[in-house]
Amino acid sequence: MDLSLTESEAAFRDEVRTWLQENHPGPSPEGDDQAEFEFRRSWQRKMHEAGWAGISWPQEYGGKGATLIEQAIFNEELARESVPAPANVLGLVMGGPVVIAQGTDDQKERWLEPILSGDEIWCQGFSEPESGSDLASLKARAVKSNGGWKVTGQKVWTTYAHEAKWCMLLARTDQDAPKHKGITYFILDMEQPGVEVRPLRQITGEAEFNEIFMEEAEVPDENVIGDVGGGWQVAITTLMFERAGLGAAAVMGLRRTLNDLIALVTERGLEDDPLVRQRVAEFQIGIEAMRLGALRTLTATMKTGIPGPEGSLGKWQWAKYNQAMTEMASEVAGPDGVKVGTETTYRFLRSRANSIEGGTTEVLQNIIAERVLGLPRLR
Amino acid sequence: MNFDLSDEQREIKDTARQFFAARFKPEKVRDLAESRSYDDGLYGQMAELGWPGIAVAEADGGQDLGLVELAVTLEESGYACAPSPLMGSAGAALVISAAGSDEQRAEWLPRLASGEATGAFGGVSPDGQSTLFCDLPTADVAVVFDGDGALLAPASELDCEAAETIDATRSYATVVAAAGERMPGDADAGRDRLAVAISAELTGVGQRAMDMAVEYARERKQFDRPIGSYQAVSHRCATMLLAVEESRSLVYYASWAADAEPESLPMAAAMACARASEAAWETTASALQVFGGIGFTWEHDLQFWLKRSRVAGRMLGSPREHRDRVAALAGLGAGAPAGAVA
Repeated sequence: MDLSLTESEAAFRDEVRTWLQENHPGPSPEGDDQAEFEFRRSWQRKMHEAGWAGISWPQEYGGKGATLIEQAIFNEELARESVPAPANVLGLVMGGPVVIAQGTDDQKERWLEPILSGDEIWCQGFSEPESGSDLASLKARAVKSNGGWKVTGQKVWTTYAHEAKWCMLLARTDQDAPKHKGITYFILDMEQPGVEVRPLRQITGEAEFNEIFMEEAEVPDENVIGDVGGGWQVAITTLMFERAGLGAAAVMGLRRTLNDLIALVTERGLEDDPLVRQRVAEFQIGIEAMRLGALRTLTATMKTGIPGPEGSLGKWQWAKYNQAMTEMASEVAGPDGVKVGTETTYRFLRSRANSIEGGTTEVLQNIIAERVLGLPRLR
Repeated sequence: MNFDLSDEQREIKDTARQFFAARFKPEKVRDLAESRSYDDGLYGQMAELGWPGIAVAEADGGQDLGLVELAVTLEESGYACAPSPLMGSAGAALVISAAGSDEQRAEWLPRLASGEATGAFGGVSPDGQSTLFCDLPTADVAVVFDGDGALLAPASELDCEAAETIDATRSYATVVAAAGERMPGDADAGRDRLAVAISAELTGVGQRAMDMAVEYARERKQFDRPIGSYQAVSHRCATMLLAVEESRSLVYYASWAADAEPESLPMAAAMACARASEAAWETTASALQVFGGIGFTWEHDLQFWLKRSRVAGRMLGSPREHRDRVAALAGLGAGAPAGAVA
């Protein structure tokens, strides 16, 4: 057991930190969503030119080929320096890795470089209005037509759909197969008449997500990833990529929220209030336990090669502590904690989604109960 | 960066698991609890394995290993809820190692490490409030935290009253007035290392309660289905895992920091002790709910872990006091009120 960074890990951290400090793009433009997105696109291009964009990708595909620990260090530094997220987040953490793992040489040739550069934005079409936690029950349907497929159906909670060129799409290609076996993984071109994108306004007032309506949208055969009918397995792999390596960045985010909360509590003169102290201590302890748990998972994953179901604990902790902290901030901030337009109010409302997005806490608890503790399956 | 036990540390943990499983079966724990006694022969075997002095320097007669090695051993002792003077002796040795004078070390450490003598620890605040001393009045020597540091006293010289607590697997006492010879070294570091050792034991207590509850939830049927297939029960068990793993992460980190990064120890120890004591209670109490009525009976073994968690989790102060210290160390307010030992 040794939790200190090795010499080469420390050197890597210093290299990342120095580069970020020298190349920080400054504050994002506010109030104009399109300008903000283009700002993030040019930031991603800058990262790509220096070789950082595909931090986890193998070098032969234009990535950095970083180890899991280096990825964790990298994500931690990004959060520490408060740099904006790259524009093509979903392409970088899900689309690219899935094409690298499951795609043909032609597919790699076609898609990988524009993901890294940010020239082509990717989005993810998995959830449907009637298929949330039970994703495999999805109904969007793809029908064979010469040399390709025609897709009809609806997707929801699609981030960046209005900016995206490509959509990672799950659709049912075999109505008669068992529900996990009749699904195929497509890469859908968003720029065509059969695809309509509508913004989905959320309780914060903004529209971070979209709905996608597909009416005989066309996908050529060469845009199928993996086997026809094998899409569920491809999707599972994709979801694993979504969770791997993000723990460190999530912890840094929580730490910033805690520091802001401590500052707020002090500003409001509540630093000696015993109840406030108890709760702040709980957050401090919980966040540290989450950081350490992520490091234990990382060490285990480096040994075994695959992330285990224990990773579900981290997502659960993140939602739990972030919601509790933003609730407390909203409580101690006085009127500002519930006024429209304040940062405290925004975080408080936005965090309500934390225990739903990317796997509900209930589903994570099912995974832990069944796959870690070996309790009998509910279904 | 490698956050996992080394092969050697894992071997120590496995050896301890097997040792306790073979010698401290629940029937044995029950026998010893009913007579409120220890089995000297079995403690002699632990001493032969070097456990009381596992983290004591070689020059002082110990194994010269680290706090991580002691932590995994105590975790397994807690897993078995083994009645023995190991916690008191290893705990006292930690504080004497950190704070004792050369004479104090020479007088007590070799004897504690060899099992020839046993130790105890606890605190008495300046206004005379005593914590529950672990392993008094049965031990030979006691570490007494008094708010200014730590004293060392032969147990026979302490005015103490045996306390019959709900945890019958260990002896406890209160001390009427602090007494003994002051230890000149870093008593705070000693207290923090002790807090980590207690937290390690509590982590094992929580793990065992969870394992018992999960096993029962797999087998026990109501409404024709195993109760563990109901989410109200399975999510309760998942919450136990969260509590146990949070404790373990914090305990391993604090044990590592004690030896490798001592500047991080005060916060790490306070966090570990706060979480582990709360988590062990939450988990044992939650396990009782999974067992239902049978878990509430005297004949059921869960009570030993439940009661151990409640008493051991308060030996160095309550979880509330540990959390207050965490808040102070996190930069909130003027600082924690000084309890006897917390």
